[in-house]
Amino acid sequence: MGLEQFKNRNVGQQEYVMLDLEHTPQSPIGKFKQVVKRTFKPELFVGLGVTMREMINALFRGQMHTIKYPFEKLPISPRYRAIHEMLRLLESGHYRCIGCGLCEKICISNCITMDTRYDENQRKEVSEYTINFGRCIFCGYCAEVCPELAIVHGQRYETASEQRASFSLFEDMLTPIDKLNLQQEYDGFGAVTPNADENIKKTPLAY
Amino acid sequence: MEVVSYRSVETFVQHIPEVTALGVWIKAIIILAVISAIAGFGTYVERKVLAFMQRRLGPMHVGPYGLLQIIADGIKLFTKEDIVPQNANKFIFMVAPVITAATAFIALAAVPVFPDFTIPEWIPVIGGTFVPSIAADLNIGILFVLGMMAAGLYGPLLAGMAQANKWGLIGAARTAVQFLSYEVVTGLSILAPIMIVGSLSFVDFNAAQAGGIANWLVWKQPVAFVLFLIAGFAETNRTPFDLLEHEAEVVSGYATEYSGMRWGMFFIGEYANMITISVIAAVVFLGGYSADGMGWLWIMLKIAFFFMLMLWVRAAWPHVRPDQLMWLCWKVLMPIAVINVVITGIVMMV
Ligand code: SF4
Ligand code: SF4
Repeated sequence: MGLEQFKNRNVGQQEYVMLDLEHTPQSPIGKFKQVVKRTFKPELFVGLGVTMREMINALFRGQMHTIKYPFEKLPISPRYRAIHEMLRLLESGHYRCIGCGLCEKICISNCITMDTRYDENQRKEVSEYTINFGRCIFCGYCAEVCPELAIVHGQRYETASEQRASFSLFEDMLTPIDKLNLQQEYDGFGAVTPNADENIKKTPLAY
Repeated sequence: MEVVSYRSVETFVQHIPEVTALGVWIKAIIILAVISAIAGFGTYVERKVLAFMQRRLGPMHVGPYGLLQIIADGIKLFTKEDIVPQNANKFIFMVAPVITAATAFIALAAVPVFPDFTIPEWIPVIGGTFVPSIAADLNIGILFVLGMMAAGLYGPLLAGMAQANKWGLIGAARTAVQFLSYEVVTGLSILAPIMIVGSLSFVDFNAAQAGGIANWLVWKQPVAFVLFLIAGFAETNRTPFDLLEHEAEVVSGYATEYSGMRWGMFFIGEYANMITISVIAAVVFLGGYSADGMGWLWIMLKIAFFFMLMLWVRAAWPHVRPDQLMWLCWKVLMPIAVINVVITGIVMMV
């Protein structure tokens, strides 16, 4: 594809099909003919047929469109960026976050606050982690930058709440330990691509 | 006229054993109760059918399949505040919805709704009373019904003019335009069947078409049938001609300032009119009812068909502008109706 196609800004002039619209008749006889023609065209009945067909489709062929929203929900894209979730390691159940602080650093609205300390085994432990959802713009940078896929965007888009603290603590975002088997691997923003394995190359040893 | 009244009296004597005042009273109460209920149910059916035709579910949550929605609506209508605007002509404003509802039900008095029956003897006080199928079997039934429905136009007209609201005023003007135009077509279109049957009584119409589908007047008078249907849509201000209360143009037209049960009365009147038109179309053109076993079921099906047709058309067709409506009525339908009457007359004379 050449570059000129992109430089052509007159989009919409190429694909249009001009309808063969008749001119409004001027003479009385022309008007009369038009009325007669329109009267005996089956257009109105085609319209009736369309609505009846849709009714039959809806009732008997399972093409009803209504989603009873609070009870049923449409599936949303895995790339949807809703309230964050903190994932756990499937094997040990420990949270994945290694306290690297990248998410806090990259967050463009400065809404992630975290602190870390050494635990009794001299391992880094997240002592405090909150996201201020009053400021978060759901840009997804934190999920993208996270090296461990620890912070991801969940699918919980109903974010009305009496207080925003309801979402923002580390424990609230963390997968409950008893729901660990239900934890979905995240394939949205910043996740490993499906063909990641093919892209891995052996590190040359000859250095 | 001699012939007409003679035939009516004859059928009157044949069909009805003894109509007492009590029977007529009971009939009137039945009509009021049942038609109000059907009108309420009609709103439910209308919403459901419209929803299905747009592949929606319609009311679903109040009761099984949303059936109790009617009751919820009724409660809402009855308990809403009845607001009378400050600058409105209070008396006319309050009386106008009553005109619509009352004329709609008065029209039903002369229409055969439900078959006749006798109340069983064991019921106290009213036992043994014969309840006729028509509350008032006038020998000018059709004229009376059409006249009453035409008088019903005073409801929207007065309502629109009394409410001191520009949308209401436009709605009232459109009422006048629409009804004046369409009364003419209704009358002229039904004149040809009247000429053929030679009577204005519904009972005579029914008798004239007895004995099978082949005798239905719709085969003899297809043009009159179509004209009457079109005019009927206009009379009940259903969709192609619902410019009286067209949301996109005039908010709610003549009903803009109404709330609560006064608005509800317009609604009931409209639905009662729909039923009346359906009954007239079924009796005059589609053979009406027969006295034997399943006759009542057939007339119900016919009426239901016309009712359904009104909903169907509402889902499918766009509505017309006032000027298109006038044009259609005076320049197309009325000439066709007149020609139809003339041709019918010539055929009858030859
Ligand atoms: S989504 Fe964006 S704004 Fe929200 S916490 Fe992550 S980086 Fe910050
Ligand atoms: S980027 Fe990931 S691993 Fe690093 S602190 Fe944030 S959540 Fe934890």
